[in-house]
Amino acid sequence: MMRLPKFTYRVPKIVSDAVSMIGDAGADAMFVAGGTDLYPNMKRRQQTPKTVVSVTRLRELHEIRGDASTGMSIGSSVSLTEICEHSVINRDYPFVADAARLISTPILRNMGTIGGNLLLDTRCNYYDQNYEWRKGINFCMKKDGDICWVAPSSPKCWAVQSSDLVPLMVAIGAKVKLVSASGERMLEARDLYNNDGIQYLNKRPDELLTEIHLPPRNGLRAVYKKLRRRGSFDFPVLGVAAAIDVAPDGTVREAKLILGGVSPAPIEVSEAQQALIGSPLDVERISEAAEACYLKARPLDNTDYVMGWRKQMARPFVQRALEELRRQL
Amino acid sequence: MTRTKSQKALIRFTLNGEPSEVAFAPHKTLLEVLREDLGLTGTKHGCELGECGTCTVLIDGQPILSCLFLGLDAEDREVTTIEGMAEGGKLHPLQDTFADLGAAQCGYCTPGFLLVAKELLEKNPSPSRNEIQEALAGNLCRCTGYIKIYEAVELAAARMRGEEVEPPRESIYGFEV
Ligand SMILES: Cc1cc2nc3c(=O)[nH]c(=O)nc-3n(C[C@H](O)[C@H](O)[C@H](O)COP(=O)(O)OP(=O)(O)OC[C@H]3O[C@@H](n4cnc5c(N)ncnc54)[C@H](O)[C@@H]3O)c2cc1C
Ligand code: SF4
Ligand code: FES
Ligand code: FES
Repeated sequence: MMRLPKFTYRVPKIVSDAVSMIGDAGADAMFVAGGTDLYPNMKRRQQTPKTVVSVTRLRELHEIRGDASTGMSIGSSVSLTEICEHSVINRDYPFVADAARLISTPILRNMGTIGGNLLLDTRCNYYDQNYEWRKGINFCMKKDGDICWVAPSSPKCWAVQSSDLVPLMVAIGAKVKLVSASGERMLEARDLYNNDGIQYLNKRPDELLTEIHLPPRNGLRAVYKKLRRRGSFDFPVLGVAAAIDVAPDGTVREAKLILGGVSPAPIEVSEAQQALIGSPLDVERISEAAEACYLKARPLDNTDYVMGWRKQMARPFVQRALEELRRQL
Repeated sequence: MTRTKSQKALIRFTLNGEPSEVAFAPHKTLLEVLREDLGLTGTKHGCELGECGTCTVLIDGQPILSCLFLGLDAEDREVTTIEGMAEGGKLHPLQDTFADLGAAQCGYCTPGFLLVAKELLEKNPSPSRNEIQEALAGNLCRCTGYIKIYEAVELAAARMRGEEVEPPRESIYGFEV
């Protein structure tokens, strides 16, 4: 039986207690929300916090406010099921609910939160294994070792950004609020991520993620496409988020194309964005953008499916995403 | 939660409709507490990592995976396990149809499927085949191929709506050749 290691568990009821508890507990402390990422990692001894501070009883982290005209604020402890079912999110930001429905399974979505999803640990076939397995091949540098088994000459870890909401949140320009004992700050979602499998977040461990802000809708349209082996359970091994703003005459004013599942951070493909901006969203522009994303996608062999095929799939997935947006115009 | 002398935690909660309390090592999952400290082995222990659904229980009526849920977090909540599904010795209609239609073969996945299906039918008494598939998409079965499970949920739903339906002959005996 794979058991959790021993740890001290704290369940604060107010945010100020939560941040002081994590501050007092020092480097070996972590927050937990739904636990669907942290607890499997603890069972496999990939993450071994001595103190775990739950954010599930912090009432203000469960609030959902606003609408398309004001923008929305979603508390980090809101469950993925609530996001899938929330009437205003479905009406005003349907792409957010659609992407959330692609995550894991219905039961896991009852437990998993949007905050935990945005902070999901990076994943790798050589890392997401139990302790004995990892010991058997000798540990890698993400935990307990000093080599990368995917790219042995690499000085850095290439574990993969595997959240389905991250590429979409970056594409639509969402913001996150981080609170610690020393104050609070707002960060663009794109600035939260760092292209390193170990230091994958630009966030200190003592910072509590409290809210996710969706920008006012205006002309924004967005879509997310996910590649995975099974229609349920599986993490994305390629994720494509596309967001556009189109002028009344049909010219694309703004475009964002973000790839997930191919690198430690979500990857913005500016070449694809440039191909779209200033023209109508037509077949030629769409294939140009798809080609640019194909060139930019450089997955390594550390997830399900062979890497060459995952790279090839960037083309049709970007195409499908943009064609879906074109149909909405 | 209070601590007892042996470094165990003591929680009070409602288990299958009865007020209960249990003492256990505080880092245990609800799955471990149910099976080891309460002797309720109906909840099955599969992958332990959220990848199979057989450890599903209902917390305040909602399905969760007990392998990724701390026993401590069950404090003051209502927990329903498969042992609580039959009422007063009478099987739940889903239990009847799962047995009648062969939706349980080795049976290892069955407690999880039954509890998820129970919640589905409480929310949606007339689910389509698609809605059933979607609701059960977090439970793996290595034996049945799922068709019998979907048919059993459909039959139970019809009976719970008060319709008098018999299962199709081929669901029980297979197609005649
Ligand atoms: C079988 C399986 C399949 C899965 N499939 C998918 C999938 O397809 N797509 C996908 O995106 N995810 C998937 N997941 C991962 C996970 O279930 C989801 O990403 C979920 O949303 C994580 O949320 P959580 O609340 O459970 O996170 P937790 O495990 O509670 O936390 C995750 C991380 O965030 C930190 N954290 C959580 N909340 C806060 C906060 N408020 N402030 C600061 N830090 C915080 C924790 O310390 C931890 O490092 C899967 C998981 C499993 C077990
Ligand atoms: S990419 Fe390399 S260092 Fe990172 S988790 Fe995988 S094997 Fe380990
Ligand atoms: S044992 Fe909990 S999901 Fe498999
Ligand atoms: S009946 Fe054997 S796993 Fe489902």
